Formats: sequence, structure tokens, C-alpha cells
Amino acid sequence: MSQDLWNYIFIGGSFALYIGIAVRSRAATTKEYYVASGGVSPFANGMATAADWMSAATFISMAGIIAASGYDASRFLMGWTGGFVLLTTLIVPYLRKFNKFTVTDFLGDRFYSNFARAVGVICAVFICMTYIMGQMRGVGLVFSRLFDIEIWTGVIIGAGIVFFYAGLGGMKGITYTQVAQYCVMVFAYTIPAVFISMALTGNVIPQFGLIGNFTEATGETVPLLTKLNQLNTDLGFPDYTVGKLGTLDMFCITAALMCGTAGLPHVIVRFFTVKSVKAVRKSACWTLLFIAVIYLTAPAIGAFARTNLILEVQGTAYAEAPDWFKSWEDRGLIAWVDKNGDGVMQHEAGGVFAGNNEKPIYAEATERAANEPRLTTNKLSENSNEVYYDRDILVMANPEMANLPMWVIALVMAGCVAAALSTAAGLLLVLSTSISHDLMKKIVNPGMSDSQEVIWARSASFGFLVVAAYFGINPPAEFVAKTVAFAFGLAASSFFPTILMGVFSKRINREGAIAGMIAGIGLTLGYIIYFQFIVDHQNYWFGISPEGIGFIGMLVNFSVATLVSCVTPPPPASVVEMVEEIRLPRKAGSATH
Amino acid sequence: MNSQPSGSPPDNGRQTVYWTKSLQIVLFILAIWFVVSLGCGVLFREKLDALLPPMGGAPFGFWMAQQGAIIGFLLLLFLYMILMNSLDRKSGFDQEGEE
Repeated sequence: MSQDLWNYIFIGGSFALYIGIAVRSRAATTKEYYVASGGVSPFANGMATAADWMSAATFISMAGIIAASGYDASRFLMGWTGGFVLLTTLIVPYLRKFNKFTVTDFLGDRFYSNFARAVGVICAVFICMTYIMGQMRGVGLVFSRLFDIEIWTGVIIGAGIVFFYAGLGGMKGITYTQVAQYCVMVFAYTIPAVFISMALTGNVIPQFGLIGNFTEATGETVPLLTKLNQLNTDLGFPDYTVGKLGTLDMFCITAALMCGTAGLPHVIVRFFTVKSVKAVRKSACWTLLFIAVIYLTAPAIGAFARTNLILEVQGTAYAEAPDWFKSWEDRGLIAWVDKNGDGVMQHEAGGVFAGNNEKPIYAEATERAANEPRLTTNKLSENSNEVYYDRDILVMANPEMANLPMWVIALVMAGCVAAALSTAAGLLLVLSTSISHDLMKKIVNPGMSDSQEVIWARSASFGFLVVAAYFGINPPAEFVAKTVAFAFGLAASSFFPTILMGVFSKRINREGAIAGMIAGIGLTLGYIIYFQFIVDHQNYWFGISPEGIGFIGMLVNFSVATLVSCVTPPPPASVVEMVEEIRLPRKAGSATH
Repeated sequence: MNSQPSGSPPDNGRQTVYWTKSLQIVLFILAIWFVVSLGCGVLFREKLDALLPPMGGAPFGFWMAQQGAIIGFLLLLFLYMILMNSLDRKSGFDQEGEE
């Protein structure tokens, strides 16, 4: 069987599965559409949340980032899992007890203000839009590589599938497709890792491979990470286990990612689908367990891929380069420039091309001889590094590097698509409910009927998908990568602190919450925009990069909200009573308007 | 900031005790959370790398940052669930069969 046939079987089979599930669980009422009737089991919700949370970027790029930056990438590993501890202990049990459909509902009711509600809608839409663009792009890329179609066709196919089950099925459709998608993802991520771990370290469990031993050609064994540090320093890179970010910057970024994770609306609403506060706690354990299976594998894959790459490429004559090297070169994600004319590939620290992380620009495609690299037209840099590779290939090329059977490659591709679709669906739900419920029902037209609201939700999800697909096809260049800092910074400086104060303090009032949110968001957005888009230098305040400023924004939000609340009248008695009520777990019941 | 408003419902005492105890549990969990992640993985990473024996083949602080913290989070969530469920039972806020 050919690789193409395997790809069709895996992608086609998984799509048929998702659509089949969606048809069986179509939503008719707002309650089904927004929270799947609140009757999902903690186990199923745990799987669905894990799939919702792990995006195309996590699946495709995270291991590559770890391979490239070693210790520094721990900020993502800790940030994106540690947030679940904050989420579980501080946010979701109380919001589940509050028992409404959306996160913005809580802001609006707790701070008795439609202004707070409107700020919530804007933040939710902004956070989810930034995210969903990347997912659509991810689906398009995978499809275009698999089936040799244009990226836009791939994006349209992906958008169509998501609309079919998320737009029509609502939360009910999404939940069970996400369960299926998690299963696809976990196999796709761990199976190649098992093979590679066995080859490199002799460990069957890839998670342990990271701390395992590497066997040299001479038969001696050294710890894998010691070997990797040595390879890195020989080539002029910093030690793999040390990294180069400053401690304060690393602290702020990790904390911002954690608090941002705990404030992301598409993750929070997943916990509105279980039955009770007790079920929320149980479901959170399952969620983190399912996420940990993949997150504990990622640093191992990163270290394996880095070792493999250096061992197979460095000092190898191009004529003897492995097949995967040439096939990814064909797809434009690897390049080799023979700077010293010796026909051997030298990989060292520093960019191959002049400029800051420049990508290769290939000369017009001409027939290339068997042992000749693709020519590039970039201006070269001063250093002697000759090998360029795109970090994103590490997960996708892993099976090829390890010479795995074709069906594994097809499975990895199906996993990439599952990761992108599951996250896109969760985001789309928040986007559509922000419009239909928070904006239309609660602010514009409170008299709207249930079925009208569902129609609004479906139309809004269609509208948002069109916008997301447009940006997936025409990504605003580097904009998407830079805006990820926005999404987490915004969640960390707006939703997380405001919800936290809303639950844990009875004294924070409308004026305080609004002033706090505006100050926190203002500082965070201002700082990110200033350093990402306006100036060219990187003279950050106290060395805190834009990625980490959300943490400072959160502290500002807390202080401003507390100060303003102290000098303005306390919240009304009904709100205080509501806060007391949500602090007690009993009688969570089912969601109401 | 947690001043009680006047005219609270009659079983306010039981609610206040429950809330104080659940705050203690949350603070306890978050203290460990801070130590295993931002503490071991970031602030004291270099000291742990140097002073503690390696975790298999990995320096200890590095391992905490890449894998240990995640395992710690998982144990913490499990502990949180057990502590809160038992507090619910003792305080009479148990949710019978609601899962």
C-alpha cells in the first residue's frame, strides 16, 4: 500500500467518525447547545477538555520548541499544565456552582453591570479569534502536504467539517467528537515516541527516555542529556539543560502562562458540562492526567529529536544525507548551503542566513540533480552554520527519522488534524455564545426566545468561521505568532484576576472590577503592542519580555481593583448573597438562564 | 475584605467554618504548587541542579521544570479532590450521587 492510500484511510476514517458522532448528538435547545445539558461524565469531559486544550501548536510545534531551546522551553511545559491547578482550585468549582452558560455571565452578574459584560465579550472574542486563526492555518498546512492541494482548499475543508459538528451540534456535538479526537491524538503522539525511545535509549516508555542512557557507538553508555549537552556545546549552542532566559523573565512568562491558562474561556466552559461541583473536581484530575500523558512525552521527543538531528546531520556528506532530510528540503522546511564548499553539512549555533531567523528563499524550482541541494537566494550570514531547519518539522518528521512504517506517518497526520479541529471547535463555541448569549440575549434583546438564540449561535459560528478561514488562508505574516502573547496576556490580566476577586472577595464592586480590568488590559496590551509592533529594540522593563507582561498586568489589575473598591460603595446585598451561595458546593443543579 | 454583612441567614456559622476550611485547603495546595513549579523549576533550579543527586540522567532542577512539576500538579489535583470531598462530607455539604 502506498503512503497516499494510508493517509486517505486515516484522515477519511477519522472524519467519518467525527461526523458520525455529530449526527448522533445534534443540539436543539440552548442548554444542549451551550453546556451539553450539563450531563457529561467527568471522565469523558476530562478527555474532551484535554483535546480542547491541546492545539495544533502544542501538537506540532511544542516538541520542536523544546528541541531548539532546551531548558527555556520548560516555561510552556509548566505554564500550560500548572494553570490547571489554579483553574481547579480557584475558578471552575465556583463558576460551575454559579450555574450559568458563559464566563461573561459571571462578570455581568457578579459586577451587576453590562459594561463589565461587554468587556468580557470583547476579551473572549479577541482571545478566541487569535487562537482559532492558527488552528485553521494548521489544518490547511497538513492537508496541503498530505494531498498536494492548495492551502486554501485545505482550510475550507477543515472549516466545513468544524462548522458541521460544532456549528450544528453545539457543545453536545463537540464533547463527544473531542473524546474521539483525544484518542487519535494520544496514539499519534506517543507511538512514534515509543519507537524512537527504544532506538535511542532502550526505554519502552518514552516519558522515561528523557532521563535514560544513550549508548555510544563504542558500547559505552552515558545519560542522554549529558550526551546532548556535550553535542550542543561542541557546536557552540548553550547547554541543553541550562538555557539563556533570565530568571525574572522566565518566572514572569511561566506565571503569565499559568494564570492565562486559568482564565481561558474555552477551557472554563468545558467544566460547565458536568453535573456537580464534585464532578468538576474529579473531571479536573482526569483532564490533567490526559494532558500529562502528552506533556510528559514532549520533552522526551524534544531531546530525542535534537540528538537525532545533530547525530545524523552534523559532519555528514550531503550525498549521504538521510532520505527525510531531502524530502523535507523538497517541502521547503530544510535548507543546506555549502558555505565552505566541502560537500559536508556543518550545523552550528547561529542563523544560516543574514538577518534575524530568516527563512530560506529558494531559487526557481529547476530539476535538481540527485546529490545537489536546493539553491537559495538569501544573503548568507557571517557564521559557518550551513543547515537551516524549521522547528515545526520535528514532530512530523520524527516517524521518518526513525524509519517507522507508513501507517504511523498517516496516524501522526491524523493526529495533527485532530488537534487543530478539536481546539477550533471549542473556540468556535465560545465565540458563538459570546454573540448569541452574552451580546444578543443579555445586552441587546433580553426577550429573545430559546430557538432564536440557537439560530443566532449557529449564524455567529458561521460568521466567525468565515473570518477565521480568511485569516487561515491569508495569515497576517508574523502577526499570528506574535498575537499568541496577546491571548495569554489578555486572559491573565482580565478574566483570571477578575473572576478570582469576584469569588474570593465580597467587597470588590462594579467600579473596582471595571477599573482593574481596564488598567490590567491597558498595561498588557500597551506593552505588547509597543515592543512587538512599534519599536525594534528589546530593552524590556527589568528584562520582562512581552510574553510575561500578563503577569504584571494581573498584579496591576488586583491592586487597582482593590484600591478603587475601597473608596466606592460596597456591592448590593443580593450580590453578596450570590457570592456566599456559589462558595458552597451543594445544589449545583443544572444550568439556567 | 470578607466582612460579614448584617442580617445573614441562620446557618451562617456552618457556612463560615466551611469557607475558612476550604480556603485553608486551597492555600495549602497552592503553596505546594508554587514550590514545585516556580520554586524548583525556576527560582531555585540552579541550586537544585548543583546540590541534589540527578533524577536518572537529568539534573534535578531541569527535570523538575520539564517533567517533575507536571507529575506534582497531577498529585496536587488528586489531593485537592480528596480533601475537598472529605470536607464536604464532614460539613454536610455532600452532593449525594451527583457525578
